[in-house]
Amino acid sequence: MSFAQESLTTLRALLGAGELTPQDLIADLAAAIDAQPHIGGYLSRDVDAAMAEAAAADLTKPLGGLPIAIKDNINVTGQPCSCGSRFLAGAYESPYDATVIRKLREAGAIPFGRTNMDEFAMGSSTENSALGVTVNPHDPARIPGGSSGGSAAAVASHTAIAALGSDTGGSIRQPASHCGIVGLKPTYGRVSRYGLVAFASSLDQIGPMTKSVEDSALLLNAIAGHDPRDSTSLDVPVPDFLAGLHQGVAGLRLGLPTEYFAEGIDPAVRARVDAAVHALEAAGATIVKISLPHTAYAVATYYIIAPAEASSNLSRFDGIRYGRRAAAPADILDVYRRSREEGFGPEVKRRIILGTYVLSSGYYDAYYQRAQKVRALVCRDFDQAFQQVDAILSPVTPTPARLRGVHADNPLAEYLADIFTIAANLTGIPAISVPCGTVTSDTATQLPVGLQILGPRLGEALILRIAQTVEDQQAGKA
Amino acid sequence: MATEHIDVRYVADLARIDLAPEEIVHFQEQLERILGFIETLKDVDVSGVELGTSLLPPLDHARADRAADGIGAAAFLKNAPDQAAGQLRVPKVVDA
Repeated sequence: MSFAQESLTTLRALLGAGELTPQDLIADLAAAIDAQPHIGGYLSRDVDAAMAEAAAADLTKPLGGLPIAIKDNINVTGQPCSCGSRFLAGAYESPYDATVIRKLREAGAIPFGRTNMDEFAMGSSTENSALGVTVNPHDPARIPGGSSGGSAAAVASHTAIAALGSDTGGSIRQPASHCGIVGLKPTYGRVSRYGLVAFASSLDQIGPMTKSVEDSALLLNAIAGHDPRDSTSLDVPVPDFLAGLHQGVAGLRLGLPTEYFAEGIDPAVRARVDAAVHALEAAGATIVKISLPHTAYAVATYYIIAPAEASSNLSRFDGIRYGRRAAAPADILDVYRRSREEGFGPEVKRRIILGTYVLSSGYYDAYYQRAQKVRALVCRDFDQAFQQVDAILSPVTPTPARLRGVHADNPLAEYLADIFTIAANLTGIPAISVPCGTVTSDTATQLPVGLQILGPRLGEALILRIAQTVEDQQAGKA
Repeated sequence: MATEHIDVRYVADLARIDLAPEEIVHFQEQLERILGFIETLKDVDVSGVELGTSLLPPLDHARADRAADGIGAAAFLKNAPDQAAGQLRVPKVVDA
């Protein structure tokens, strides 16, 4: 049996007891990756470097000797960081560690393998990667979700023990839901963004993608905390996220937003989510109907703010300092224009152009300023909701993982499916996707469904505790 | 709220991206559909909304202003598309 099948928590115990060495674990993982090349979770990996780190691992540390897969938009010294883009592939090697990587190393972990993603994290399918195809391990004809689809597929296929992803509009939670793993977007500012290649700076957050809720808490313990190198990082105490995991849900008030359950949800997905909600009620939680009145406007708000910020952030990819430069340019403007034309894929170009447009002279007030005001109203909705309830429950996505290739020419349809996940980014609150069952596809595959639990700002411990109850119930332990 | 017409060629020029003619046609159609959807925001009453009243943390602190080591010129130049004499080389920017 391969140790690649196990969780961080189990492997930590085995390593601590001397029943396994970190080198054995890396070897098992490398073999597991080689045995399932069709999954396509990874863009690159350096087994020799990981083996060298494994030999020096300090097993007394919280993540000592444990390999963590890293989404390919987080800088790790000496490794590629392609962001799934031709602009950076083969043309960039990180000269520094992101803060989350420094913290993982301090906790004893080994960053191993770079996971595939939608280009610059723009997408919900990983089909926007310019560098490779990732499939859903539960049904290879289907998408793994995205943009952290490589991380989700790697964890779900046991070709990673755990992974880091990034979430700007659902990019951790949606692939976690589609692949049947646990994905947590922490509170904005809980985890440093230093060294994460910026997509939309007011929305981006790094988080854990794991096989279990306990692993999620373990990984969050390692990466959370204030960082002077990120001005939006919160200087607040970090609790031990493992401490209260098993306290259950008795006495909690959990909200169901009427607007989220209105229409458009696949009936089988709805049934799994309803069943998970009833089980939480049976475990002692009180279920309360709440209203988030501006839900219908959240997607439009997001698709102004995120492209606007992206158009600014991606102006750094100009062919001058790093990455691709077009050959034989006529002049400096030709360098910019052709390097960007050649280096970016269609979704990235579309969003840069949309973002440039909504920020351009004469349109700024009508689009960007109005979107910021609606964003404030969405925040107010959640403020008021959290005066009535401790946490909010919803689906993660309206449907299970779709077939690959079907939305290629209809970006708007893809954007609309982000309806349940983007509010957490607009408001900065934490949210987790935890598996709550499967639905049967028309080709008789079993497709995972996730339950989303949204908490108040800095409420990660609470949503992890609720997620733990869901996980225990799914496993028949509660 | 603004009209949903977007001049993709003009905006791509602002964004410093050369687009192929077929890309312009394609994006024109897609972006007009997206902007049409975004128009729904004009239905929201935003009168009386003060910006800055959000759940996001205020950016009210800066780190200590102390010198620290950067990544260094050699590490930086490893990623340079073109270099000469220990510096980035770019096409001529100013005519003498």
